Amino acid sequence: MPQFLGRTLAIARKEVRQLRRDRLTFGMIVGIPLVQLVLFGYAINQDVRHLRAGVADLAGTQHSRLLAADAAGSQVVDIVAQAETVEELETLLRKGRISVGIAIPRDFDRRVQQGERPPAQLLVDGSDPVILGAARGIAALPVENRFRPILPAAVRPPERTFEIRAYYNPERRSAVQIVPGLIGVILTLTMVIFTAIAIVRERERGNLELLITTPVRTWELMVGKVLPYMFVGLIQVTLVLLAGWALFRIPIRGSLVDFYLAGALFVTATLTMGLLVSTAAKTQFQSVQMAIFFFLPSILLSGFMFPFDGMPRWAQYFAEILPLTHFVRIVRGILLRGASLVEVHRDLWPLLVFMTVTLSLSVVRFRKRLD
Amino acid sequence: MSEDVAIRTRDLTCHFGTLMAVDHVDLEIHRAEIYGFLGPNGSGKTTTIRMLCGLLKPTEGEAKVLDCRVPADAEQLRRKIGYMTQRFSLYEDLTVRENLEFMGEIYSIPAAKRQLRVDQLLAEYRLDNRQRERAANLSGGQKQRLGLAAAMVHDPELLFLDEPTSAVDPENRREFWESLFRLVDRGTTILVSTHLMDEAERCHRIAILDRGALVANGTPRELMTGIDAAVLEIESERLPAARAVLGQVGEVLSVAQLGTRLHALVEPTLPDPEGTVRAALDRAGVEAAVELTPANLEDVFVAATRSRPE
Repeated sequence: MPQFLGRTLAIARKEVRQLRRDRLTFGMIVGIPLVQLVLFGYAINQDVRHLRAGVADLAGTQHSRLLAADAAGSQVVDIVAQAETVEELETLLRKGRISVGIAIPRDFDRRVQQGERPPAQLLVDGSDPVILGAARGIAALPVENRFRPILPAAVRPPERTFEIRAYYNPERRSAVQIVPGLIGVILTLTMVIFTAIAIVRERERGNLELLITTPVRTWELMVGKVLPYMFVGLIQVTLVLLAGWALFRIPIRGSLVDFYLAGALFVTATLTMGLLVSTAAKTQFQSVQMAIFFFLPSILLSGFMFPFDGMPRWAQYFAEILPLTHFVRIVRGILLRGASLVEVHRDLWPLLVFMTVTLSLSVVRFRKRLD
Repeated sequence: MSEDVAIRTRDLTCHFGTLMAVDHVDLEIHRAEIYGFLGPNGSGKTTTIRMLCGLLKPTEGEAKVLDCRVPADAEQLRRKIGYMTQRFSLYEDLTVRENLEFMGEIYSIPAAKRQLRVDQLLAEYRLDNRQRERAANLSGGQKQRLGLAAAMVHDPELLFLDEPTSAVDPENRREFWESLFRLVDRGTTILVSTHLMDEAERCHRIAILDRGALVANGTPRELMTGIDAAVLEIESERLPAARAVLGQVGEVLSVAQLGTRLHALVEPTLPDPEGTVRAALDRAGVEAAVELTPANLEDVFVAATRSRPE
C-alpha cells in the first residue's frame, strides 16, 4: 500500500473510532433526520383544520344557525366560543382565544335575499400567516345549495357567503406576520447557546474546581451567570424590534412596557434552559449540539413557521412545553393585535413554570456533580 | 480538639462503588506546619483533600478541620480555607488584578479593604508590574504565584495545595516554597499533596498514601532513619548483569538504577545484607562494589508501599 494511502486511512479509522464513542454526535447523525422526518411528516400540516373560531350570531334565525353549523361541519373551524356582539368577538380575537370570528349580522336573511353582497363577515387574525388562506376556504363554502331552496327563483344567491376582514394586517404583508415571531426565534438560538456554554466553559478551563471551594453558593453562581445575558437578550429584542419597525414598518400596537416584560420573562426561560444543558454537557461542543436539539423542535412546532392549529394533538401538547410557542403568541398579541399583558396571561405562566423548573433542575443537577 | 491541631480525622473513608479511594485514614495535622501527602496518582490524595474541604461526603469516619465538622459545617469552613488546584484555575481572560479582585468579592471582603489587600498581595507575590496583564500571558512561575495569591486573598488559616509545582521549573519551585515558609511563619497551616520526592522532603511532616491507605507518616528525617529496609548501592561495569543477579535474590525488595549505580532495598530481616548480595554477585562472576547507604525518601516510599499486600 502506498504510504499516503496508509496514513489517510489511519486518520479515517481513528475518526470512525472517535465518532462511535461520541454518543451525542452519533445521536445527531441518527436523531436529527428522524426528528425532522417525524415533525415534517406528521406534525407539520399546511392544510389547516380545526381553527379555533367564535360565532356572534346576531340574526338568530334558522338560516343563520344553519350557516354556523355548516362552517363547523367543514372541519376547517371548531366553534369554541359564542359571542353576543361583534365587539366581544373582536376581544376574543385580540386575546388570541380564537383566530377566526364568524359575525352574522342582524339583517342576515334580508342580505341573502338581496344577494348583492356577502351576507356575513369572517373576522380573521391576520397576524398568523396561514390562517388567512384557511379563511378563504371557509368563505368559499358552497352556499348555492344551502340557500337555493329558500330563495325565490328569480333571486340569485350571493356569490360569496362571507366578506373577509383581515384584522391587524389588512395589507396582508408577510413581514408583519414573520418579524414579531422572529424575535423569539433569534432569542431562542442565541440565548440557549450563551448559557449552555457558560458553566461547561468554566469546567473545561478548570475555573469551577476553584469556585466550588469558595463560599459561592450554587444558586448564586447560576443567577450570576444568567443576569448579564438577560440584558444581552433585551438588547437583541430592541435591535430586532427597531430594525423591524424601521425596515418593515412593523406596527407596535400594544404597550412597550408589556412587550419588554414578556420579553424579559422569555429571555430568562431560554437562559435557564441553557443552564440545564450546561449541567448535562461535558464540553462546549456538546452544549451546542444539545442546544440544536432544543432549537429544532422549537422553530418547527412553535407556530412560527407552521400553523399550530394544523398540528396533531401530541405535537401540540409537546409544543405547549416550549417557551417559543408561548412567546410567538404573546408577541403577536402585543405588537400586532394591541393586546395587554393581562389579556395574554394564558401564555405567561407556562413561561414562568418552564423557567422555574429548568432553573431548579440546574441547581439540583449541579450540586450532584460535586459528589 | 486541642489548640494546636488544625486537622484531625478518624477512620476517614471514601469509596466510589467498589473502588476504595480512601481507606480508614487517621490524621493529625498541627497548626503552622507544612504537611505533605506523598503518593502516586490514584493514591487518594485529591479525594482526601476534597473530603477535608467538604466537597465530598466521607463514606465513613469523621473529620474535624479548624474546629468545623466536615461536611456538616463546610460552608463555615470555606471562609477559613484557601485552595490551590493542580491546574491553573483562575480566569485567563481577566487581568491579574481583576482575578484577585474577583476572588476578594467572592470572599465578601469590603471594597476599601479589598483594594488594600490586592495591592499587598501584588507586592508580596511580585506581580505588581504585571497587574494589568491578562493572566493568559503570564509565565508558568507567575501563574503559580497568582494562584497562591488568589488562594490567600481572604488570609485563610489553612491552605490546601494540590500538586502545586508539578508544572514549574526548579528555580520557581524553590522560590514558591520560600513563600510557603513565610506563610507558615505567620501561622498558616499548609497541606500539600505531591508525587515529587524533593517537594515532600521540604515538608515538616508527611504522610505516605498508597491505594487509599496511609502507610507511613512522620517527619522526613524520622521516616528515612526509621526505614524498614536496608539500602545498598552497587557500582559495577556490568550493571544489566548485576541487576539480573539482584533479581534472583529473594530478599531484595526493589532495584532502581541511578546513573552508573544501582540502588537496592533489602528485607530488614536479612542479617548481613551487604555480604549476601556481594556473595550472590561473586557467584555469578559479576565484579561489583557493594555498600550500605542511608535511605532517601524514595526508598522510604518504595519500602512503605511494597510491604502492603496487593
